[in-house]
Amino acid sequence: MIRVIIPYHLKTLARISGEVQLEVPPPVTLFAVLDALEAHYPMLRGTVRDHTTGRRRDFIRFYACEQDFSNEPPDTPLPHKIATGEEPFLIIGAIAGG
Amino acid sequence: MSGIRLLVGTRKGAFILTSDGKRQKWNITGPHFGGWEMYHLKGSPIDPNRIYASQTSGWFGQIIQRSDDGGKTWFQPGTPPGQEAKTPEGFPMGESNKFTYDTEPPDGKPLTTHQWYDGTQHPWEFKRVWHLEPSLTEPDTVYAGVEDAALFKSTDGGTTWHELAGLRGHGSGPQWTPGAGGMGLHTILLDRTNPNRIYIAISAAGAFRTDDGGKTWTPINRGLRSLHIPDPVAEVGHCVHRIAMHPSRPDTLYMQKHWDVLRTDNTGGQWTEVSGNLPSDFGFPIEVHAHEPETVYVVPITSDSLHYPPEGKLRVYRSRTGGNEWEPLTKGLPQENCYANILRDAMSSDSLDPCGIYFGTTGGQVYGSANSGDSWSAIVHDLPAVLSVEAQTLP
Repeated sequence: MIRVIIPYHLKTLARISGEVQLEVPPPVTLFAVLDALEAHYPMLRGTVRDHTTGRRRDFIRFYACEQDFSNEPPDTPLPHKIATGEEPFLIIGAIAGG
Repeated sequence: MSGIRLLVGTRKGAFILTSDGKRQKWNITGPHFGGWEMYHLKGSPIDPNRIYASQTSGWFGQIIQRSDDGGKTWFQPGTPPGQEAKTPEGFPMGESNKFTYDTEPPDGKPLTTHQWYDGTQHPWEFKRVWHLEPSLTEPDTVYAGVEDAALFKSTDGGTTWHELAGLRGHGSGPQWTPGAGGMGLHTILLDRTNPNRIYIAISAAGAFRTDDGGKTWTPINRGLRSLHIPDPVAEVGHCVHRIAMHPSRPDTLYMQKHWDVLRTDNTGGQWTEVSGNLPSDFGFPIEVHAHEPETVYVVPITSDSLHYPPEGKLRVYRSRTGGNEWEPLTKGLPQENCYANILRDAMSSDSLDPCGIYFGTTGGQVYGSANSGDSWSAIVHDLPAVLSVEAQTLP
């Protein structure tokens, strides 16, 4: 089971609290996790990545095991600890100053 | 007894203000969608409990919300109310948030670019929905004015959207240029007497009219004069801030432009300035009295550089002559130290008698008048900056 932590505002949209847990068949890649997230929570489509292009929205970042995957290709495999659920995959909203 | 419901969109959520027909005591609920920018909420004229809302965020993009019970509960169209958030098989997959520009208009030319700030051509990029306009006859039909400027339509209650691409396909499209606030389609006026006629306005392209349900469009900017563009009387390029219409006189429109207040009596064929004795003819909203088609309201702002009322005095100006002769309405409004702005979608009227007028400020106040503007009181003081106010008159 893949664990995913999403920002507060996306939790309210999806009407959930806490972590998201997703079944993702191997290989566990960046986009495989996002595909599974959007399949379970269709109201999140377009909020993390563009509907049409699939491009990450500018103020969203992807972190896993203390690494930044934000600019990695969609088929990038995520670390083993993500695939096993030992560590969560983090979807982060950029900090706004001021 | 009739009641009033005000739908208030702010920078940090939506609020719903309700009152009975006396309009003296108000109940306030919210924030709905706290933390999100709520650009606009509007109810269906024939089913007031059907409300559409534009929820947007620089982080997470555009969300369309809908309520079928007057704002008590909300859902994204395609995700039925009360449904478990997880997807049962076969659900529409978040299409209600999807606004995709049409790239294949009837003439086959790709609609891909408009003019950028540096004079180069720039691709159209969807940013947000500025304005939602429910159909006058069909609750499931609603129009959306978006940034970058385009008009979308849904006929399934907001579940899916398609562009009326003939607007951007107008030959002037590549000349449209965003203003400092972006290139938003902010005004949509539907004609009760002619279902094929729609007026829209774009900052900073100008006003357009369709007479065939959105297939083809005509710029209606003759008579506008804008000194901030190279040709002050160009066909397009004018920064129209808002247009208003009385339902009984759909050929007459009132306009608050970047500078100048104007009117037309021939569906936009020719505009005439009616700024008259206003202390400043810069401003954003303009509204028409519910029962008097020649009674018009504006809120003068000092200038394009100083977005606050002249002299720090918040004054609504009313003309009972369709423009030119304006009277200040000040009773109950702050007459010193007021430096808030009133945005283009933040003024509305109810249809009780006497007519109620409402507006919200960037300072978070919502003011109301239950006597056509003769006197005002603050319904609420300290909301986030108000982006939009829509009044619903309930049976």
